[in-house]
Amino acid sequence: MDAPQTGELAHIGKSVVIKGELSGSEDLYVDGNVEGKIELRNHSLTVGPNGNVKADVSAKSVVIQGKLDGTVNASDRVELRKSAVVTGDVTTQRIAIEEGAFLKGKVDIQKEGGRAAGLASS
Amino acid sequence: MKFFRSSSNRTAAAAVPQKLTRRSSGMGEISRLLNSQELLCVLDLGATSANNIRFFTGKGHKNYSEDLLRSSLDPALRIQDSAGNSVVDSKKFLDENLVYANGQFDVVLCWNLPDYLEESLVKPAIDRLWSVMKPGGLLLAFFHTRDAGPDSTCYRYHVTGADMLEMQEVKFAPPGRSPADKQSPRLQRVFNNRHVENLFRDFASIKFFLARDAIREVLVVR
Repeated sequence: MDAPQTGELAHIGKSVVIKGELSGSEDLYVDGNVEGKIELRNHSLTVGPNGNVKADVSAKSVVIQGKLDGTVNASDRVELRKSAVVTGDVTTQRIAIEEGAFLKGKVDIQKEGGRAAGLASS
Repeated sequence: MKFFRSSSNRTAAAAVPQKLTRRSSGMGEISRLLNSQELLCVLDLGATSANNIRFFTGKGHKNYSEDLLRSSLDPALRIQDSAGNSVVDSKKFLDENLVYANGQFDVVLCWNLPDYLEESLVKPAIDRLWSVMKPGGLLLAFFHTRDAGPDSTCYRYHVTGADMLEMQEVKFAPPGRSPADKQSPRLQRVFNNRHVENLFRDFASIKFFLARDAIREVLVVR
């Protein structure tokens, strides 16, 4: 998948290495290495196929194609694409997992206002 | 020891993933437990399945996912034994996998893992599962009968109903190979009933369910 084409998108390329805390109010695409913590609140995080994230992540939605080691807390949804390798607990309302994705951890599906949480496989 | 089946006779038709269904008496018993209690802890040791996560979390239980077969193929786990054979370091494997508190899980789904896991890991993994399960907890495992050949398909199991499973062939690339070169794991051994009983000898009880597809379902009580 290509990087999402939206109006406001921060892009961390595959040669970039960041250690520390990342926070922002725009969508973020990570194809490089990030170690620490990522907090985007009402925005989305995409970990590209070359991305290697060792961080606890908090965002509205999280799409993972690369590697993520840490807890994922998404207020809306999480998508694990077929090349995703995720080690850590996932908390979200909805999760989609493509065949071939690897997940090692606990999945906690939070219910939205008493409505049954949705979940789909691709 | 070969861990993947030969790819020489693959056909274009075989490249299309096939999904089959089977009725599972063992899963039926697990479902009865899941329906009778709340907030149980379920450990799924098969390939990550959205279906299974939906099934268990939809009933209000906690779902833990750990694809143990795939984890066992990590090249970093391989060492040479005293005879110079390449084997998986079971100590390192258990340092990195199945790391949970004692008595955490009410249900463990092994699926067909013991049949495909490397020999050096089978007993240590089952012993670790005994530790992380609650007394009275249930473990479900599938074993091929001797009618199954070495090229028996390795399936991942999606729970689609109380006692219904969808089976989908497992394929992944051997370590060091291109992701496009996916192969199916090879059956490592066939356990007879006595082997199975020995494997779970520390558990409280064991129940066999025979099926017509050369699979024995085994439901074990911790």
